[in-house]
Amino acid sequence: MNLRYGFRTFALEMLMVVVAVAFLFPVYALITLSLKDPQQIAASPLAPPTAPTFGNFADAWQRASFGSALLNSTLITAVSVVVLIGIGSFAAYFIARCQTRLGYGMYVLFLLGIVLPFQLGMIPLFTMVDDAGLLGTYQGMIVFYSGIQLPFTIFLYTGFIRALPSDYADAALIDGAGHLRAFGQVVFPLLRPVTGTVLILNAVFIWNDFFTPLLYLGGSAQETIPVRIFSFVGQYVSDYGLVFAGLVLAALPILAIFLVLQKYVIKGFSSGLKG
Amino acid sequence: MPTKARGRSARFLLPPWWFAAPALLVYAVVVLYPSGAGVVYAFTDWSGIGEKSFVGFDNFGKLWSDDAARGSLLNTFLLTVAIVVVQNGIGLLLALGVHARIRSRALLRVIFFAPAVVSPVMVAFLWKYVYNPDPDAGLNGILGALGLGSWRQDWLGNPDLALWSVAMMVIWQFAGYSMVIFLAGLESVPDNLHEAAMIDGAGPWQRFRHVTWPLLAPAVTVNVMLSTIGGLKLFDQVYAATNGGPGYASETLSTVLYKQAFVFGNFGYSTAIALVLALFVAAVSLVQIHFLRGREVTL
Repeated sequence: MNLRYGFRTFALEMLMVVVAVAFLFPVYALITLSLKDPQQIAASPLAPPTAPTFGNFADAWQRASFGSALLNSTLITAVSVVVLIGIGSFAAYFIARCQTRLGYGMYVLFLLGIVLPFQLGMIPLFTMVDDAGLLGTYQGMIVFYSGIQLPFTIFLYTGFIRALPSDYADAALIDGAGHLRAFGQVVFPLLRPVTGTVLILNAVFIWNDFFTPLLYLGGSAQETIPVRIFSFVGQYVSDYGLVFAGLVLAALPILAIFLVLQKYVIKGFSSGLKG
Repeated sequence: MPTKARGRSARFLLPPWWFAAPALLVYAVVVLYPSGAGVVYAFTDWSGIGEKSFVGFDNFGKLWSDDAARGSLLNTFLLTVAIVVVQNGIGLLLALGVHARIRSRALLRVIFFAPAVVSPVMVAFLWKYVYNPDPDAGLNGILGALGLGSWRQDWLGNPDLALWSVAMMVIWQFAGYSMVIFLAGLESVPDNLHEAAMIDGAGPWQRFRHVTWPLLAPAVTVNVMLSTIGGLKLFDQVYAATNGGPGYASETLSTVLYKQAFVFGNFGYSTAIALVLALFVAAVSLVQIHFLRGREVTL
């Protein structure tokens, strides 16, 4: 391989940097505009801010009730992911170890859910959630995510458990542990790599999901960040500085977590789907 | 049920069936039952209130005669093809670029991937500004500054462009996602294969074509399947950026079925469109799995 940093590598590096700068243009516009007041935006929208103001951020935080949306998103995402990991890993353990028609049939049944678009059941489910009085509640969203993300969760767990030797659990069972204890204390800790992937992919999906929270939570005090920002943008559409400050606020939490955990996130996204 | 070969002694080592019970219950309530009910509703004229009666295949006939819905079928198809080809093409080039021994590779990976973790709705709002028709704002402003003023467009307001503008912002957001999957594929190609090919006198293009590309097949499978399913189901970006407009120019199956359900109250018709979408996704996934898995090679 070409191990030297020669002219060709340098040329490639320059090219990639130019591509990255062009790629970042929307982000530059986002940050620049969020730091300007309406007069500055009208005068020269894309020039770097000469007198940056952070007033837009304080305004956006308050007018979008961003604090409550942040709390709602955190709560719904955290509880849903914990439930998914709990019920998903248990079911996958049974499916992976039970190598009979029952186990295989269950696997196929869950895989079906990866292909089915959720829109097929959207209206019947909406009326069910409505009848149960769960519109505008955390519980409704948590139950929804716990079901809709299960196929994918079970797919990842089953693949991983199938490749795992059963000796450890067998030893624990022979020593007299119950199945719950053997799974909880012996098997589950061994699943840590795939649990990390499941956690990251589900958390990113749920945190960013828009369609269903819009249907179930729109107009309530339980709105998640994407729904809240959607109505916020609709309300202040012409005030770009304010709107963009809102978008920066909305994107910051997940971007910050991504930057801290980038190695794991990129690994999760690139390996998780290979099955 | 243990297999006979494992014998009676192994039976107590198998986890009990009720390990799967909570998942099955939630899955049945949230996915299986509503989807089954959806298939039934697709053949009714249900409007959410009052009686529903079976109307046979009327809803599907209506889909074909309804301009918005028929246009959305074509739009969904075009959008998906554009996203699959361009997003994965760019993703592959980016992956090859940052896989090389350049110094900024780690930083560039993070930059290109970052948009993929942000909510598509927020990316759509950001791009709504990029596509601002104002000649001094957004993309038009840049084109003006670069002396390309004649390229300025009303990106989302022009019916001939709106769909492609939406495709462009989806590609911007997810090209980095394709990139990381290709990168994982590239990292799995052993160096000694490249060395062997070099010794045999293969140039860079030949090495890519005959060594790297065949071994990237699993990454191609994953990328093509993910972007196809994502493209077919696309909703958030269209809803936030154009809401299907101007006219029906950027309407997709997902936006049409959403409007039929929650704007017009045609629940039966809306689920019929959802059923067509489901059949599309299932058919395309099966064909792709069959075709793409077939070209994967093992070392």
